[in-house]
Amino acid sequence: MAGAKEIRTKIKSVKNTQKITRAMEKVAMSKMRRAQERMARARPYSEKIRLVLGHLASANLEYKHTYTVERPVKRVAFLIVSSDRGLAGGLNMNAFRVAVRNIKEWKDQGVETDVALIGNKAISFFRRVGGKVLGTANQLGDKPQLSQLLGVIKLLTDSYRNGDVDRVFLLSTEFVNTMTQKPTVRQLLPVLPVKSEGLLSHWDYIYEPSSAELMDTVLQRYIESQVYQAVIENAASEQSARMVAMKSASDNAGKIIGGLQLSYNKARQASITKELSEIVGGAAAISG
Amino acid sequence: MLFAPAAMGEVGIAPRHAPLLTTLKPGTVRVQQADGSELPFFVGGGILEVQPHLVTVLADTALRGEDADEAAAAQSKAEAEAKLAGAKTEMDLAQAQQELVEAAARLEFVKKLKEPGHR
Repeated sequence: MAGAKEIRTKIKSVKNTQKITRAMEKVAMSKMRRAQERMARARPYSEKIRLVLGHLASANLEYKHTYTVERPVKRVAFLIVSSDRGLAGGLNMNAFRVAVRNIKEWKDQGVETDVALIGNKAISFFRRVGGKVLGTANQLGDKPQLSQLLGVIKLLTDSYRNGDVDRVFLLSTEFVNTMTQKPTVRQLLPVLPVKSEGLLSHWDYIYEPSSAELMDTVLQRYIESQVYQAVIENAASEQSARMVAMKSASDNAGKIIGGLQLSYNKARQASITKELSEIVGGAAAISG
Repeated sequence: MLFAPAAMGEVGIAPRHAPLLTTLKPGTVRVQQADGSELPFFVGGGILEVQPHLVTVLADTALRGEDADEAAAAQSKAEAEAKLAGAKTEMDLAQAQQELVEAAARLEFVKKLKEPGHR
């Protein structure tokens, strides 16, 4: 009865895998909850700074900052946010697919693309794909800090200031809800402000100290907050994508175990029937 | 009415104030409510934007008055002082000074809250 024993070992190994995926699901679930809280805490700031920027856009400013001036596009940069770890379903691949499509679209218009990468997965993906990498940030952990991102932000803003790139886009996975995460592309530079309603048509701020200094601070903060928000949102997306992927893996393991159990029972029964008929046949031969 | 520690000195913002954009120093933001009572907040620097009908405070760090903890504030000040003493490079020094200013402002904020007659 060789079949039954083999099936039994197989069942055992699938059960072990199921244990692992179930544990990962539980871990991702609790991490997701915390990541969501962090995301919610950071949201008011990024919303308000967007509002302030909207006011800035409708003002008649005495000073035009380079971050707000549109230039003819010769080269663009993408900041691509991914996770550090895998086993999160299609999360990173979906984002990369969007990235590759965008890069190709720009290429069709004769515009080359540089990339800046956050997360190990993006780094290893673009090492294979190729392309000029401006800067990277990885090993952000479960609680990404703004200080970990400042380096890559500085590289991007510097190459924008120097005129190496004329537009900077931010690609990250937006957290819609636990089941849905959507890769989205937003323009980071030049800053595209939303016009806000209910303001006078001709006015300017009183600046303290100087307008140049202030615009610099405000725009820098704006970019930092947008990138930070994208990164923590990506972290929340990562955990929920992992949770869903691990849940379906556990369910699949359960199904496989069920199937194996059935064929194990069949094999066991077949061998008993065979033994019985052998005994009966043997007894009949003796008595006959 | 709102009081905030702007870069060039404390400002008081009444309704229909002219549009103003300024940076904030570490210090206390006080919001005077309609009944005359004040809500104190600590901010560790940031940006203040004023429109005639609304005021936005973009604080780098913020603390509500009722969450203020004197022991924690004193400890972070001591830590900043130690860091300042141990600073070697110019970069470290500047950072430590910044931290000390913030910690000192926070401690002052907490102490002021405890003074009799407040609120």
